[in-house]
Amino acid sequence: MSLLEIKNLYVEVDNHEILKGIDLRVNAGEMHSIMGPNGSGKSTLAQVLARRESYNVTRGEVSYDGKDLLAMKPEEAACEGIFMAFQYPVEIPGISNAYFLRSALNAIRRHRGLDEVDAMDFLPMFREKLKLLDMDEKLMNRSVNEDFSGGEKKRNEILQMAVLEPKLAILDETDSGLDIDALRIVAKGVNSMRSPERAIVVVTHYQRLLNYIVPDFVHVLVNGRIVRSGGPELALELEEKGYGSMEAGARQPAPA
Amino acid sequence: MNSNLNTIRDLADREYKWGFVTDIEEERVPKGLNEETIRLISAKKKEPEFMLQWRLKAYHHWASLEKAEAEPKWANIKYGPINYQEITYYSAPKRKPSLQNLEELDPEILRTYEKLGIPLEEQKLFAGVAVDAVFDSVSVATTFKDKLAELGVVFCSFSEAVQKHPELVQKYLGSVVPYTDNFFASLNAAVFTDGSFVYVPKGVRCPLELSTYFRINAAETGQFERTLIVADEGSYVSYLEGCTAPIRDQNQLHAAVVELVALDNAQIKYSTVQNWYPGDKEGKGGIYNFVTKRGKCLGVNSKISWTQVETGSAITWKYPSCILQGDNSVGEFYSVALTNNYQQADTGTKMIHIGKNTRSTVVSKGLSAGHGQNTYRGLVKILKGATGARNYTQCDSLLIGDRCGAHTFPYIEVRNSTARMEHEASTSKIGEDQLFYLRQRGLKPEDAVSMIVNGFCKRVFRELPMEFAVEAQKLLSVSLEGSVG
Ligand SMILES: Nc1ncnc2c1ncn2[C@@H]1O[C@H](COP(=O)(O)OP(=O)(O)O)[C@@H](O)[C@H]1O
Ligand SMILES: [Mg+2]
Repeated sequence: MSLLEIKNLYVEVDNHEILKGIDLRVNAGEMHSIMGPNGSGKSTLAQVLARRESYNVTRGEVSYDGKDLLAMKPEEAACEGIFMAFQYPVEIPGISNAYFLRSALNAIRRHRGLDEVDAMDFLPMFREKLKLLDMDEKLMNRSVNEDFSGGEKKRNEILQMAVLEPKLAILDETDSGLDIDALRIVAKGVNSMRSPERAIVVVTHYQRLLNYIVPDFVHVLVNGRIVRSGGPELALELEEKGYGSMEAGARQPAPA
Repeated sequence: MNSNLNTIRDLADREYKWGFVTDIEEERVPKGLNEETIRLISAKKKEPEFMLQWRLKAYHHWASLEKAEAEPKWANIKYGPINYQEITYYSAPKRKPSLQNLEELDPEILRTYEKLGIPLEEQKLFAGVAVDAVFDSVSVATTFKDKLAELGVVFCSFSEAVQKHPELVQKYLGSVVPYTDNFFASLNAAVFTDGSFVYVPKGVRCPLELSTYFRINAAETGQFERTLIVADEGSYVSYLEGCTAPIRDQNQLHAAVVELVALDNAQIKYSTVQNWYPGDKEGKGGIYNFVTKRGKCLGVNSKISWTQVETGSAITWKYPSCILQGDNSVGEFYSVALTNNYQQADTGTKMIHIGKNTRSTVVSKGLSAGHGQNTYRGLVKILKGATGARNYTQCDSLLIGDRCGAHTFPYIEVRNSTARMEHEASTSKIGEDQLFYLRQRGLKPEDAVSMIVNGFCKRVFRELPMEFAVEAQKLLSVSLEGSVG
């Protein structure tokens, strides 16, 4: 049984059909990359999997870890081990990064019947992950994402993933807006998370991230459909020929 | 409709957990208000003549206002007519509390405070907090009196102060809020029955937090308490007040007055956690809270700081203010006001700069949920002689849901060109994106809302004494709590 199994998924937002029949299987231990032009529906797919409720599933099924994912609320999916790194991380003024992350960790631990982690025990593990991502300790006490640079926000998402240790991580455009050094650090963080129990889905529209993170499978999403799937070499082909080659009738990319 | 919005709406379904009634025998004066009522109250309290005369002057002033236009009409609140003849102005537990000894207190009253989380036995109190408990119209117990007396700090009920320190009362009563100040202040001056009195002598830094806990128990009564705090030269005191009331269908009137006086180099920190019964989900019942609070920084380098967390009451009408008379004096106002269901709040501050180099800070955080209406009303006034005055005002509103409202009315009057004023304001909504972000990390919707709200209020909570900051956070969460579908 696959960790994630998407069958014939159709999704609408505000009465626009955005995903038009997605099929995808992801097994534990695998790294998948979903590539596609702006506006093709990548974020929509990621958010539906994270159970954002403003997206309306009109057809299809998604099973996750043997359960009906579409019946879960966002916090249930999160507690069951789904993590999404946001393309646009959200600011929470007045709440420190450390407090927020510990609250999230404890919510997930409670769900799993584990003891809560107190501030004293949390600190060392938080420090270790900060180091992995080459992040300043000061970020612990700053409000969540407030006045963070674009790159800091993206790194902060990966930091959260590292602390929360999900079973299925979906990274939405975590590479966009990063300079080359930050990109390397983020890639290091993501690679350190690879494990036989965990699946990672990396959503991107650039090939350059895939120089540092080598996926097992690449899927090309154009206009709400997966038009091709293959190995890492598919990313290189895309780089060479562009998305236009993938489907003759593909829509022109809309501004994201 | 998506369920984030539902969640936000469900938050209106909170319950009030302090709504029980204590069954004790009370002594009351007959309903209604006339000169006789005033004389009766004053006689019951065995007051000196100056008190009676002051009350009568206040009563006649109030009666003339009542005839003219009754309550002031400028506030952004709506309520039906208040019949002042239907209110009982004095209600006291029959068993006379001894001010020396808790054992003589009606055990039901002790249990009430226990239930409210305010044990009156000294060994059970937070170390470092002395409590004065006001039950309906009278103060029933004051703790840690001896310890305070060693330092010369007077902390007692207002009635006791009138008996034991009449010269201080006579000197300062009405010196900050005169009985002519406004309709409710006049009413209070006429009929107030008790409250707290604090005097901190020269150079004493009061080592305990002084705290008054107000409880309205009796039905159809009004509560009119009056607090007077005088900090003599170079002294410091931190004072806290908390309040709750039983659940009743009828609206009850609470019209308090607080006066603070800070002499040279003195500091007063006054914190309020106001949790009067707010009414039910349909807006029935609840306390009408019309309160006049004002501090006078009379001396040089003095400082008065107000911190309030207002979560209760059907109507809140209050503007804790500072008159910055002494040169270099400092006024502060930090406020969180929450309105849920059909609650209405019109609250803010006045900072009146008179002395040179006076400074004031205003931080107001308004939270509206359900059908709540929340208004910030503030005045910063810089008088001619206030050379070098400075004010910083920050005024933020957070809307929770789409049926509530936030309003701001900042007034600024500057008569001295050297003044420096800074004003920041914002209105935001708890966004679906913020909620989704927190829920994606595993937090339940109500915990997510509570986190966003606490983050929003942080700047104010920081000003509260530690234990009370924790209490205030919990109170906010409870006030926003609801069933989540
Ligand atoms: N609220 C909305 N209403 C209508 N169209 C939307 C809405 N949100 C997104 N879309 C459209 O859905 C399509 C897919 O968006 P998205 O999933 O963000 O694409 P990608 O992440 O691949 O760039 C885009 O054409 C976008 O304009
Ligand atoms: Mg996207």
